[in-house]
Amino acid sequence: MQPAQILHPRPEGLYCPMADLYVDPTRPVARALITHGHSDHARAGHGSVLATPETLAIMAVRYGPGFAGSTQALKYGETLDIGGVKFSLHSAGHVLGSAQAAAECGGTRVVVSGDYKRQADPTCPPFEVVPCDVFITEATFALPVFTHPSGEHEVRKLLASAAMFPERAHIVGAYALGKAQRVMAELRRCGWHEPIFVHGALLELTKLYQDHGVDLGEVRHVETAPKSFYAGAIVLCPPGALQTPWVRRFPDPVTSVASGWMRIRARARQQGVELPLAISDHADWNDLQRTIKDTGAGEIWITHGEADALAHWCELQGLKAKALHLVGYGDEEEPAGAAA
Amino acid sequence: MNRFAALLDRLAYEPRRLGKLALLEAYFRETPDPDRGWALAAMTGALTFKNAKAGLIRNLAAERTDPVLFGLSYDFVGDLAETVALMWPADETRANAQLTITDVVDGLSTTPKEELSARVADWLDRLDENGRWALLKLITGALRIGVSARLARTALARLGGKETDEIEDVWHTDAPPYAHLFAWLESRGEAPSVATTVRFYPPMLSHPIEPEEFVPLNPAEFVAEWKWDGIRVQAAAGKDADGKRVARLYSRTGEDLSGAFPDLVRGFDFDAVLDGELLIKRGGGVQDFNTLQQRLNRKSVNAKMMAEFPAFIRVYDLLALGDDDLRALPFIERRAKLESFVNAHPLAPIDLSSTIKFDTWDELSAARADPSHGGAGIDAEAVEGVMIKRRDAPYLAGRPKGYWFKWKRDPMVIDAVLMYAQRGSGKRSSFYSDYTFGVWTEAGELTPVGKAYFGFTDEELIELDRFVRNNTTNRFGPVREVTHTKTKGLVLEVAFEGLQRSTRHKSGVAMRFPRISRIRWDKRPSDADTLEALEKFLARTSTAKV
Repeated sequence: MQPAQILHPRPEGLYCPMADLYVDPTRPVARALITHGHSDHARAGHGSVLATPETLAIMAVRYGPGFAGSTQALKYGETLDIGGVKFSLHSAGHVLGSAQAAAECGGTRVVVSGDYKRQADPTCPPFEVVPCDVFITEATFALPVFTHPSGEHEVRKLLASAAMFPERAHIVGAYALGKAQRVMAELRRCGWHEPIFVHGALLELTKLYQDHGVDLGEVRHVETAPKSFYAGAIVLCPPGALQTPWVRRFPDPVTSVASGWMRIRARARQQGVELPLAISDHADWNDLQRTIKDTGAGEIWITHGEADALAHWCELQGLKAKALHLVGYGDEEEPAGAAA
Repeated sequence: MNRFAALLDRLAYEPRRLGKLALLEAYFRETPDPDRGWALAAMTGALTFKNAKAGLIRNLAAERTDPVLFGLSYDFVGDLAETVALMWPADETRANAQLTITDVVDGLSTTPKEELSARVADWLDRLDENGRWALLKLITGALRIGVSARLARTALARLGGKETDEIEDVWHTDAPPYAHLFAWLESRGEAPSVATTVRFYPPMLSHPIEPEEFVPLNPAEFVAEWKWDGIRVQAAAGKDADGKRVARLYSRTGEDLSGAFPDLVRGFDFDAVLDGELLIKRGGGVQDFNTLQQRLNRKSVNAKMMAEFPAFIRVYDLLALGDDDLRALPFIERRAKLESFVNAHPLAPIDLSSTIKFDTWDELSAARADPSHGGAGIDAEAVEGVMIKRRDAPYLAGRPKGYWFKWKRDPMVIDAVLMYAQRGSGKRSSFYSDYTFGVWTEAGELTPVGKAYFGFTDEELIELDRFVRNNTTNRFGPVREVTHTKTKGLVLEVAFEGLQRSTRHKSGVAMRFPRISRIRWDKRPSDADTLEALEKFLARTSTAKV
């Protein structure tokens, strides 16, 4: 069977005609399969939603329990037949509940990666390699300038700065879903035992992680207190909050952002970041290549990101490659949001 | 190199001026000669290497990396040095070798051209990512760490317990690596001696002013002059310490321009330092900036160029005369001396910037709106507004508040449609920040009429960038074509300072200094202006060819 009969791009997103199902549609559709809970992939208002139990829980926290007409949970590794196409979800290592979607029919298997990473992350299970004929990959960081250091390496930079400026507060902008909890878990791994303070926008999702058994130690909501109370504190907030008067409550704050974009100096400076932490929940240039090779796929489709570079590399390897230029993904990773 | 690289890295992320000063001062205090002197030279733009240029880095990148991937990466990062530093296939086993900035500067200056490329590649292999970045920044010269030459000199002043202006005064007496300067600052050496003339004085700059700000100001306390659209220069001539006659032409930043204007400097028959505007005069009238630009663009000056673009200086201030530094005098006293000075030197390539007669701000406003009838006459084309100076203003370095104001002419404005966008560089890297816009022709098609890359806020840039990404219809390398039909597309209000006929542009016109003044999310592309409407502005500006 031709892969395009199983899945092909439409303005709404990747579409499977036999199952009448879209993967991560960017506008409301009758039936959606959602790879993970980031808001550019998981939107409210679909007729029915198929996703991992964790992703469904995340969507309920973000959009309220009525975010879709109906929902169906599919655990990692389980298979569901819709219209003759066998769907299964596999860990993507991106955030809690993130999945790759495999669609198989007539002996042809197509895998949609969603967003993924290969680096170790204490807050979610590791990426699973799913052999396939066509691998539909993201390419957020598909340029040779992106080689992500380990999360531990970057968090140690944060701890070194906190030790150097004990009278100042360190405010880390980190996306509310995934990045914030990963930074907390890495801080604990590196021996930070103080309470971690969080902006209100991070509270619910952090609690959801804790309810799913992720150990983040003592996490406290930032409350009204004299400035000196936060001397030496590490505080997490959404990146957008760094530019608001909210940060004025902290003593001489050091502004930091945890994002893969922080690898590029100009990006960090555009946001006025003093302590850039290159912590990313996406595969870097080397891991994108490794993953493509690992899947054994002969054909690579690229959903969003730096598609031209990755397509060029695929062609150098003798792989068929196609940039889909899907619009609407990556908004959360753009400089303004700085989530990646 | 590690120490210098660490300094650059920390400066690049330190937003606070005081924080930057503290980092610089600590570096100058802790780093030995000549390393700190070379670092100072690098940060004040005083280093150039004959053979080590950006081209060398490009060639190295081409040898070690895939050209397509390099091109895409460079386009994304927007900075050559950083791109190569990040994607250089490094040999980690050799990283962090000891290499000082002096080793690097010596190597870049003395290595024969044919061996230089291998030398730089060897250094890149031995440095870590941050070190590679600093090395490549040193070669390209554009550090982009938010440190101006003035800030570096302020840090020196703090090191030596001096005033910044004292450093400015002696700056031109020493050269990299500034051993005498550091010796003086650390009280180990004599103060450098400076002649009153043949030296550069940091210029006094003005603040922009808006009409409503005139209300509390008393017109009787001010003098107004035309603001000329040339380049700000200082003409300095006199005898040096050995009694030899010297003449120099300095740019606003103290760069020596004498080599590019030998015809001017030859005529400096005075012992004085003058502040003024370098302009081109032809057929009795001062030409606009476009004409001056044609001479500035040429690397070498020849007799033909000098005859075709005769330069002179329209002077508006006298900073030193003979042995006297006049800067502390009130403006009107300096002005009186300047007038007699110009009369006494009829052969020098200078003339006097005339004042504008006015008793009320309304009268000045009328002159500004119509310079040719307001007193500028035949030179009106080269007027870009008016300068307003307090009668009692001393001449102060920098941009002191409350003394000098510039009131530019109102820009011309049209509504145009966004057609193409290109990624920017530097601070704007990876944003689509360079916009090509068009207006409607009689045939009902859009024709590009200009390109603008500023005028918008950082928030608007994010919105524009998102619009480009979500409305791309075609890609040409770093350029994206954006939806621009009658009903779908984005209207931009574009402000500009002048319009000329141009044979080089398809539309037949070229704008001067275009920028985005507003984003018209509320308008449809069909509401944008026509080429015919744009051409009406030709009458308002000069007839010079572009």
